[in-house]
Amino acid sequence: MNRIREFGKTEGACNIGKKISECSFPAPFASGLEYSSPARGTWNIVHTGMLIPESHQIFVCAQGCLRGVVLTAAELGMSERFSTVAVCENNVLAGDNEELIIEGVSDIIEKLPKKPRAMLIYTSCIHHFLGCDLSHCYSVLRERFPDIKFTDCYMNPIMRKSGITPDARMRQRLYSLLDVTEKDDNKILFAGGDFAIDEENEFKRYLVQCGYEVLEIQNCTTFDDYLELSRAKHCVTTFPSAVPAGKDLAKKHGMIHTHMPMSFDFEEIKSNYRLLSEKLGIAEGDFSEIERKCDRELSELKSVIGDTPIIIDYTAFTRPLSLAILLLKYGFNVTKIYADAFTFEEEKDFEYLKSSHPDIEILPTVHSCMRTNARLSEKKTLAIGQKAAYFGGTEYFVNIVESGGYFGFEGILKLCRDMKEAVNTPKDTRSLIQIKGMGCCGCH
Amino acid sequence: MLRMPLKQTQRIISTYTGDTSGVCSALYELSGMVVMHDPSGCNSTYSTHDEPRWYDMDSLIFISGLTEKDAIFGNDEKIISDTVNAAKELKPRFIAIAGSPIPYVTGCDLSAVAMEIEARCGIPSFGFETDGMRSYVHGASKALAEYTRRMCTERKESDELSVNIIGVTPLDFSVNGCDKSMRKALENRNIRVNSVISMGCDYKDIENAGNAGVNLVVSSVGLECAKVLKEKFGIPYCIGTPYDEVFTDKICGNIREAFEKKVCFDRLSADGNSKVVIIGESVTSLSLANALSVEYGISAKVISAVDTPRELISDSCIRATYEDEIIPIISDAEYVIADPMYKPIVPEGAGFIALPHEAFSGRIYRKDIPNLADGIDVIAREILKGRQI
Repeated sequence: MNRIREFGKTEGACNIGKKISECSFPAPFASGLEYSSPARGTWNIVHTGMLIPESHQIFVCAQGCLRGVVLTAAELGMSERFSTVAVCENNVLAGDNEELIIEGVSDIIEKLPKKPRAMLIYTSCIHHFLGCDLSHCYSVLRERFPDIKFTDCYMNPIMRKSGITPDARMRQRLYSLLDVTEKDDNKILFAGGDFAIDEENEFKRYLVQCGYEVLEIQNCTTFDDYLELSRAKHCVTTFPSAVPAGKDLAKKHGMIHTHMPMSFDFEEIKSNYRLLSEKLGIAEGDFSEIERKCDRELSELKSVIGDTPIIIDYTAFTRPLSLAILLLKYGFNVTKIYADAFTFEEEKDFEYLKSSHPDIEILPTVHSCMRTNARLSEKKTLAIGQKAAYFGGTEYFVNIVESGGYFGFEGILKLCRDMKEAVNTPKDTRSLIQIKGMGCCGCH
Repeated sequence: MLRMPLKQTQRIISTYTGDTSGVCSALYELSGMVVMHDPSGCNSTYSTHDEPRWYDMDSLIFISGLTEKDAIFGNDEKIISDTVNAAKELKPRFIAIAGSPIPYVTGCDLSAVAMEIEARCGIPSFGFETDGMRSYVHGASKALAEYTRRMCTERKESDELSVNIIGVTPLDFSVNGCDKSMRKALENRNIRVNSVISMGCDYKDIENAGNAGVNLVVSSVGLECAKVLKEKFGIPYCIGTPYDEVFTDKICGNIREAFEKKVCFDRLSADGNSKVVIIGESVTSLSLANALSVEYGISAKVISAVDTPRELISDSCIRATYEDEIIPIISDAEYVIADPMYKPIVPEGAGFIALPHEAFSGRIYRKDIPNLADGIDVIAREILKGRQI
């Protein structure tokens, strides 16, 4: 049933999509009321926080805000690592939020069957607005429970468009419980992604060959494993939202931070590898073989996919424009890109596409018109990403979020494999895209 | 160490749907546009955990995307102009603005915002002073009451008995056909159903709610609306959810008497001494307790864990939300009937009967939510079987 048709535009189509040539960078669409599509695979701050083994999360928020996070934990089967303190009208009026945090958190700790090694305390927009003295709260809690490490986390979406985003903040807080320790020259920390970088990635394997140990929070099974992350001399980030975490690790722990943005451009991939190799003082690896393999696989994939329209969204890869350029160079028929805004890493790609493929359509995902726009494809369409699959109304899609750990040339090869599978095998879009926090089930 | 008495923590159990989502749920099918005045979060929570219709039935529910700067500087013009622009494009029949914690803290006047929107685009608009700190019952009942107050303008008296079933949302009745079963249960007893407020009906049915002879309040979400229709048109109301045969017969008897004598049946109670405890929303839980009693001879008492009408609170319907409040009440229970997410706090010696509640566990147990209007044997059987052992 589509009730919109009873009173709104009968065919439900707002012409919100724009040719890339008509778009401005980085935000092609004016801000307005926002719609939330049912595609739920991306992680939220609960999923990210669960990466710290043996930790317990307590959210201190209004009931309406608690609802989403408490059920995130429940759907993960992680309710035993999750508790809540409700902020009520009486607390706003009485101004006793510090007391509520201190006593609420203490009350929960005392009721836990086993004391956690670490507590992640998430406060919210309301504490920010009421000027709650969080330093005092943490100081009292640390004194009261000296065996537990506390860290401050934030569910403050009101900061979504000013300063560091809540998502980036959470990635930063993920490493805040590390002690300052002696560094090991042979350890490299890949920080800030939802997923560990694929073990088969050529550069990761090269680093191991060169005698390095690659550390990632996703591979920690105990809190002691987690504490070992601080021994890395180098830290590497690949997502723009992980950069503040990398900077923090450099500032607090003296790690040497390198940002190697996820890219689909062969030269940029090699240039990233070269950059880190130089910093490590190792020879530049030879990746020509895997580069040639990528070239062959892409050409072969084109013969399978042909002119099937391809649509991409920003939740699959943080650089959808870089991916689009790669596919277009191999002759694929990329028709639409769903993104509400682009990261600054995409600026050159944006300018390139604007001049080379000015007709590519850019569509938002949160604009109010997207609620009523027809979610049907006229012909078989291959989507890369859940939002593209939803808005494109297709069951042929690559089900991936936040790169899924794919990186470098090996990432391109894996994506080729996934596209080949996706174009031939329909999926249950409705069921798959509504699962929250794709890939987070393996959390400790 | 001096500690303040605390009743606001949940070590492990869930949290009920908030009032902001309650507004959206109540108005979902009425062809309007609801804007949650919120930065983010309310939208994904609502669409993921509170709204089972989201994927299949389009409804214009949005957030304003409130920013820190706009909240601090009181830039209400942003939500007003954004809403007017969207309304011009999407043409809703009405507009509702629902508040969240930050507009509450900054004292945003949502009624004034709604008036301004209405002045600019000519579409009837409502401002609901929700703050995300109360349960869905608060938001949904406000929404239905105010919508009815404004949009139900006429009454055609009739000698034929007809009923509005009020307070039906997926938060209490899921999407398992319970709304249709309740309608059918009344129609099988020769009582015509004028409207089901607000599932499976469109706005025309609800705007004709004034034509009914009696209102049947099937959840606490519907009580304020029934009171508005009584105040406006003198329509009496009865409280009770038509669960199973005998209790439904009793409710229908009350409806007939209310119609003939123009009296309300506005009380519902259970057995405060019972060791069978039902945890949930007040009206549906009290109705289940009554149905268990009249159908199977099983007495029960109720813990109402969400906003509860004052007239329903008694020693057989105790208001308790947090673990600290609930645990002592169920400490000597023989059986606890509640959402599965309550199970971790149920004492070992008590039998636990799962009764999933969308407003508590969201979509997790949706496929297991029983349609109690078709029968409560699924609940009774377990108690009777346990007692035989």
